[in-house]
Amino acid sequence: MAERSFEVARLPGFKFIAITAFVLLYMPIITLVVYSFNSGQSVAVWEGFSLDWYGKAWANEAVKGATYRSLIIAASASAIATTVATMAALGTTRRKAFKGQTFIYVMINQPLMVPEIVTAVALLIFFASIKVATGYNGLIYLIIAHAAFCIPFAYLPIRARLEGMDLTLETAAADLYASHWQTFRRVTLPLMLPGIIAGAMLAFVISLDDVVITEFVKSGGQDTLPTYMLGQMRRAVTPEVNAISTVLLALTVVLLTAFFLLTRKND
Amino acid sequence: MTETPIAIEARNAVKSFGQGAVAVRALDDVSVQIRRGEFFTLLGPSGCGKTTLLRLIAGFETPTSGQILLGGEDITHLPPNKRPVNTVFQSYALFPHLSVAQNIAFGLEMQNRPRAEVAATVARMLALVQLEPMANRKTSQLSGGQQQRVALARALAPTPKVLLLDEPLSALDLKLRKEMQIELKRLQQETGITFVFVTHDQEEALTMSDRIAVMSAGHIQQVGSPRDIYTRPANRFVASFIGETNFLTGTSDGTRVVLGNGAAVDVTAPKGPVTLAIRPEQVRIAGVDGGGMPATVASTVYFGTDTHLHLTLSDGTAVVARQQSPAAGGIDAPKGAQVGITLPTDALQVLGE
Ligand SMILES: Nc1ncnc2c1ncn2[C@@H]1O[C@H](COP(=O)(O)OP(=O)(O)O)[C@@H](O)[C@H]1O
Ligand SMILES: [Mg+2]
Repeated sequence: MAERSFEVARLPGFKFIAITAFVLLYMPIITLVVYSFNSGQSVAVWEGFSLDWYGKAWANEAVKGATYRSLIIAASASAIATTVATMAALGTTRRKAFKGQTFIYVMINQPLMVPEIVTAVALLIFFASIKVATGYNGLIYLIIAHAAFCIPFAYLPIRARLEGMDLTLETAAADLYASHWQTFRRVTLPLMLPGIIAGAMLAFVISLDDVVITEFVKSGGQDTLPTYMLGQMRRAVTPEVNAISTVLLALTVVLLTAFFLLTRKND
Repeated sequence: MTETPIAIEARNAVKSFGQGAVAVRALDDVSVQIRRGEFFTLLGPSGCGKTTLLRLIAGFETPTSGQILLGGEDITHLPPNKRPVNTVFQSYALFPHLSVAQNIAFGLEMQNRPRAEVAATVARMLALVQLEPMANRKTSQLSGGQQQRVALARALAPTPKVLLLDEPLSALDLKLRKEMQIELKRLQQETGITFVFVTHDQEEALTMSDRIAVMSAGHIQQVGSPRDIYTRPANRFVASFIGETNFLTGTSDGTRVVLGNGAAVDVTAPKGPVTLAIRPEQVRIAGVDGGGMPATVASTVYFGTDTHLHLTLSDGTAVVARQQSPAAGGIDAPKGAQVGITLPTDALQVLGE
C-alpha cells in the first residue's frame, strides 16, 4: 500500500489543537493538585510547599464524617449494585435472543439515560414520604439511591465478560459430574470474576463521585465528601478543598487503572 | 448391576429441534447397541446427526422419544452429571483458569474422591498421555495436540463406563492426526473403556474401529466391522460413502443379472431391476483385446504403484478399475485402448435401497 489512508494527525494545526485540548483538560486538575500543597491561604497565589492542608483536612471532624459516610455508601452501594448486576448479566446473556430483551436492557440501563436531576427529584419526593411515614432517617436511603444508579455501570463490564465466555465449558463441567451449583462456583464464577471486580470498582468510583442525587436525598448531617466540598465552596475556598479533591482523585485513578487492567482483552 | 455385554444402547431414539414447519429431525428412530470395551465409530457426512446422538448419550439433550440405556439401565432422563459417561469435546473445552493437572483432577474432585486418590490418578493420567512436564502449565500455553491429550486425560480420569469423542482429531494437521489415531487406539486398548468415536472421515473410521455405524440424514444405514462395511455395503449410500465404488444397473431373473451392455453375471438377486456394486480393485482387466466385456479406456490416472483406469462399457456405463502400474506388472493400457474386463461374481454386491 503506497497510498496511506486519511490521517487526522497529519492535518496542519493538529498538534496545536491536541495540545490545547490536553492543557484545557489537565491544567485545572494539575493546578488543583499543586495548590493543595500551598502553605498559604490562597488557591491562586503560591507561597511555598507544605502538607498543612492535608493535616487540617484530616483533623477536621466534618471531613472525617463525610469521608466515613462516602466510603460506607460507596462500599454498600457498589456491593448491592454488583450483586444485582451479576444476576442481571447471568439472566440476559448466554442464551438465544428472547422476547423483551431490548426492554430489559433499557430497564437496566435506565439510570444512564434519564437526566440525573430528574432521578434526584423523584427520589427526593419518594423518600421524603417514606421518611415521614417511618420516622427513620439513616444512610440507607443514600445507599439504595446510589445502588440504583450504579447498577448499569456494574452491569456493562460483567455482561461483556459473560458474552465472551464459551458455554461449552459449563457443559464440560456438567459432563465431569459437577452439579449446577458446583458448575457455577468452580467454572462460571471464576471466569466472570474479573468482570465482577471491574464492575464493582466502576460502581464504587461512580458512587464516590456523586453530587446531584446525594444532595437531594441526604438528610441533615449526612454530607458525603463531594457534598461537603460543595458546601465549603459556597463559603471561603481554602486549599483544604484542594487537598480533599487530590485524595479523591488519587483514589479514583488507582481504581480506574485497576479497572482497565482487568478489562483488557488479552488474558 | 448385571454385566450385560452391551455398554450403551439407543432404542428408537428420535430427536427433533424446533417446532412445526421449521422442525428438524436430527435423529429419526435410531436404534443401536454398542458393546462393552469396543471402539465404536459413528461415521457420516456433516449434519447427519452424529453429534446429536452423542449428546443424547452424554445427557446434554433428552430424546423427543425413545430411550437411552447404559448397561441395560434406562438413563434417558438422568442429568449429565449423574451419568458415568465422559466427553472429549471437538473444541476441547479445557478450563482456561485451571492448570493441566487441575483440569484432569476436575471430574475426580466433583465425585469427592479422596485427595490421595485424586493425586495418584492425575499422575497416572499425565503419564498415560505423556504430559508429566506440563502438569502445572496453563492450558493456553499448550499446542493443539497437547490440549487434545489434556482433554483425553481429563475425560478418562474418572474411569467412565463410556468415553464419547466428537471429531476429536478434526482440528489437527495430517501428521499429528495420524499420531493421535494410533495414540487413541492405544489408550482404548490400555484402559479397556468403551469408546464412541465420531468422525466424517471414512479412512479414519476404517483404520481405528472395531465396529462402525454409518449414518445419513438422521438414520443409521449400516452397523458392522470395517471389513463388513467395506466389502458388504448394505445400500448405495454406504457403498459410495466408504471408499470408491462402481455401480452397475441391470435386471435380475433371480439367479442371473443382465447388465445394461447385454452381458450376464451369475448373481442371486430379487427379480426385477437391481443395482450391483463392485470396488475398483476387484475389477479384473482380462487383457488388451482379450476376453470379457469389451471396454474402452477413457483415461488413466497414475498413483505410483497403482493406476486407475477409467473405462467405458459398450452401453456407456463408466467403470473404474484399479490395477498395478505397468512397471509393477500391470497391463499397459493407454487412453483409447480396447480392453476386456471381468467382474468376479463373489465381488459383486447386490444393493438394497
Ligand atoms: N440445537 C439445535 N437446534 C436446531 N437444530 C439443530 C441443533 N443441533 C443440531 N441441529 C440440526 O440437527 C442436524 C444434525 O446435527 P448434528 O447432530 O450436529 O450433525 P453432525 O454432528 O453429524 O454434523 C443438523 O441438521 C443440525 O442443523
Ligand atoms: Mg458434529
